[in-house]
Amino acid sequence: MPLSVVALNKARRRLIDMHYRAKVGHLGGNLSCLDAMMLVHHEHLGTDDRFILSKGHSAGALYVTLWSLGRLTDSDLDRFHQDDTLLAGHPPARGIPDIRFATGSLGHGLSLAAGLALAAKLQGASRRVFCLTSDGEWQEGSTLEAAIFSAHHRFNNLTILVDHNRLQGFGSTDTVASMNPLHERLSGLDFEIRKCDGHDLGSVRAALAPDRHRPLLVILNTIKGRGIPHFAGAMESHYLPLTAEQYAGAMAQLDKESRRPPLMAEQYADAMAQLETDR
Amino acid sequence: MRDELCRRLVARSGNERMVFLTGDLGFMALEPLRDAMGPRFINCGVAEQNMISVAAALSYEGLEAWTYTIAPFCYARAFEQIRNDVCLHGLAVKLLANGGGYAYGVMGPTHHALEDYGILLTLPNMTAFVPAFTEDIDQTLERAGDLPGPAYVRLGRGERPKDEVVPPYAPWRRLLDGDAGVMIAVGPLAGSSWDVLRQLDKANRPALWVVSELPIKANAPPSELTDALRRTGRLAVVEEHVAHGGVGQAMCHWAIEAGIGLDRFRHLHAQGHPGSTYGSQAFLRRRSHLDAEGIALAANSLAS
Repeated sequence: MPLSVVALNKARRRLIDMHYRAKVGHLGGNLSCLDAMMLVHHEHLGTDDRFILSKGHSAGALYVTLWSLGRLTDSDLDRFHQDDTLLAGHPPARGIPDIRFATGSLGHGLSLAAGLALAAKLQGASRRVFCLTSDGEWQEGSTLEAAIFSAHHRFNNLTILVDHNRLQGFGSTDTVASMNPLHERLSGLDFEIRKCDGHDLGSVRAALAPDRHRPLLVILNTIKGRGIPHFAGAMESHYLPLTAEQYAGAMAQLDKESRRPPLMAEQYADAMAQLETDR
Repeated sequence: MRDELCRRLVARSGNERMVFLTGDLGFMALEPLRDAMGPRFINCGVAEQNMISVAAALSYEGLEAWTYTIAPFCYARAFEQIRNDVCLHGLAVKLLANGGGYAYGVMGPTHHALEDYGILLTLPNMTAFVPAFTEDIDQTLERAGDLPGPAYVRLGRGERPKDEVVPPYAPWRRLLDGDAGVMIAVGPLAGSSWDVLRQLDKANRPALWVVSELPIKANAPPSELTDALRRTGRLAVVEEHVAHGGVGQAMCHWAIEAGIGLDRFRHLHAQGHPGSTYGSQAFLRRRSHLDAEGIALAANSLAS
């Protein structure tokens, strides 16, 4: 069923609210990938398909996505980051059927996804596998091992999404260990590589059309902390929880957005240009 | 053990659920398995971390996943993949590790596996198999393969003394009777220990046992061994593994918990790489007193 902007905004509001109440960070990377994660779950994943969140620090976005599908309840989300919760800061190893693997240490998810894709091939099954990675995660050697393996075996049932928000734990991906332009660095691998605006549903939809012959890698150009004034695109959005002022700003922004169309492609381009200038 | 390993894996490969992954190892050894398994035999290349995670995912989907590489490239290189992807989820991946202890000899210290089962047995659900003789491979693969959880198989070279018949496989086996306490050998060193101890009188030697499945807590020593320890209070452990996390420490812990006092304990274990030179497995064992002379001294010290 097509993902509506209303449903997406509702999820975004719930995600921000959940993080704020729990007083935890990592919100920036959750907001950068929420749109694509929601779209994949609402429009692509069938019962037998698999989704691996390799950037496990975006667990909140995954929990909220599952909540939007009715697989987690409000009271589940209310226990996010609490004692005795299933909803840890990174996806848990057991207890939530839609979450097949505990992730959080970067560099594992793509190999797990490759294994799931291989299993489907060996079993003659038609299920598809989606894997969401961060952009900094491509600095991990094991991610490259998995990429080489997936390309070599031409897993056309595998779709890899890269949340390209350009910020990592202690700097920008450009200044820490640059893989930019990412699509050019990865173009030596036999993937179908596409780029899209990760906050424009139409753009993500178009990029996700499957490739018949080889793995599909979609680079989602995104903004860390998207939609929160004085937080989006800032280093603080990686680790720090929202202040009361930022939370109020985020809610006001969401109110405004629910009254008008979501961020358009040209606004995204402006925001990215502004980020480059700030840098 | 490698030829026997290949033969037994080929025999098992009739199971359509079985998938075999190698980290680019197996030249002039595993070709029959590759030919028998076709697309279910996959050379993952020089990428062990990826191989282990792929195996975890295969196991998740109900396939019987085996991996094969040189021991340290498995337990050391891909430790986090074993910890997170395999063990956290209790997945039944079978890790075949070639070259236990100093088996790679003069190839150098990067290829030695001196802390493998000690490290891996810190992980939940893990079982380590240390076959002692070539004759053990059949049962080792069957038991590891049928286990519902992860398994690590430490492979070496069988050292059965000439003219001796290996008793049928069991996690604990007594190879020799003896009155002067108990000596426990781990893996192929059981063969060398057997050769030394069989030359001593029963009255002046410890009973020799070989253990092939770990951890001790999940595979407690049999009553005959326990009785002998209670009676004599004398124990020696011989293993090609560092002391920390080894069977020697595990046995002491087990004995204390079982209320068995040990008034004499000898631990022959790998000393790592104390010198700047390298050599064969025999040379490296000798430097750690894991040779005939060291074993005889340990036996005598229990008897005296």
